[in-house]
Amino acid sequence: MTTTLSTVICDEVVAACSPWSAILRTGQSLQIVDLHGNQAVDTLFYAVDGDTVDPAGRYNAQATVAAQRNIFLTAGSVLRAADGRPLVTIVADEVGNHDTIAGACSKESNTLRYGHHTVHQHACAENFLTEAARWGMGKRDIVSNINFFMNVPVEADGTLGIVDGVSAPGKSLTVRAETDTLVLVSNCPQINNPCNGFDPTPVRMVITSA
Amino acid sequence: MTTASTDGARSHARSQAGGATMRIPAVPDGVDGSRLVWSESVPADSYATRVLGRGTRLRLADPDGGACAHLLLFRADASWERLNIADTMKVPWQAYLSVGHPLLSDQGRVLATVVADTSGHHDMLCGLPRAGQQKMLLAAIKHGMDIRDVAPSATLFKGARVEDSGALTYTGSAGPGAAVELLIHLPVVVAVVNTAHPLDPQPAVTGLDIVAWRAPDELTTPVNDEPEYLRALFNTEATWAAAQSSEALR
Repeated sequence: MTTTLSTVICDEVVAACSPWSAILRTGQSLQIVDLHGNQAVDTLFYAVDGDTVDPAGRYNAQATVAAQRNIFLTAGSVLRAADGRPLVTIVADEVGNHDTIAGACSKESNTLRYGHHTVHQHACAENFLTEAARWGMGKRDIVSNINFFMNVPVEADGTLGIVDGVSAPGKSLTVRAETDTLVLVSNCPQINNPCNGFDPTPVRMVITSA
Repeated sequence: MTTASTDGARSHARSQAGGATMRIPAVPDGVDGSRLVWSESVPADSYATRVLGRGTRLRLADPDGGACAHLLLFRADASWERLNIADTMKVPWQAYLSVGHPLLSDQGRVLATVVADTSGHHDMLCGLPRAGQQKMLLAAIKHGMDIRDVAPSATLFKGARVEDSGALTYTGSAGPGAAVELLIHLPVVVAVVNTAHPLDPQPAVTGLDIVAWRAPDELTTPVNDEPEYLRALFNTEATWAAAQSSEALR
């Protein structure tokens, strides 16, 4: 009998409302732990060559959704670039129904959704721009992202909205890198809707080797 | 006609347009032809781009029932501000396009509003098939942009719907003769690729007609009265007004 031991490469807690990023090398796994429950984790993936982002290899929500013919992500979902190339696969999921369509909150869209009094609140677009800049990327590199642990049903007439989450404290999701991939995260700071239970909390990121 | 000499080659080249046939979309009923700014028919698997001014009405039509218009919009004066499909679904609380739906930028502004629609078969979930992405990239490159600017797009005339499970059902075309009209609220680069919907089991498409005309008076009346839309219009008008040079307003 053989026992395979995986090695923990990174084990970090991302503070509430904060950005985070790391490169997963092919075969490595990232477990995202929703420590306190119902915390939206806005996430983008970019193929990298070494530490350099391939602009044609960024996560594409539409290519991902069209390929699996379903808007929700869960175990087995392959997250793809526009050219169909697999970036990561979800290999374990204790929650289900992760969102692909609602994108990131921004100061600007908050003015539409909640009113102009929210314009100076923190937002995911700010986190993404801050963290993307560390990798040489700018505004044009930010596209529709995944919202892990966020629940966005679409009703028969097309009505959609962010509603109470279906996650719980300690639940997690794990992705495995199919190619060297940069993971860009905004631990969502939104306080005006139920995506974080109206109370943003920390999440834990654990990267392990194959 | 010989093309062995420059003289012959020039005559040959110049003789071609006279005998050619080319589809040009008709001026829509009720539109003053002198206000027309764009009239172009886009064959299957081709693309078209144009810069359109604020207060233009853009009509996309599917005369033969098989067109599939993949659309991107960029601010003409600031191309890093562009159509944001996620906000375009999330902010109006609605995944499906119909009359009154704003096409929002990532900066909380209205680039365009759907002001007429006889199709109802549209989709913002599936995007461009792989074969069409190169065409959208070419459209972007011609306006000084590159692959990073080719963001998720809207698809007109071929639809998809979401089941409770999240599964997607392809709903195809509404049939020949459908048209969609957009009111343009800020100067934009329009990029349209006429190619298959990624879920279409029979991906052959037919021609797409594009017509646009000046309609500045339409900017003065909000297309709907939902609070999110009115705030988006406020952001749009405030941004436009603030950027005008004082001399131009004297």
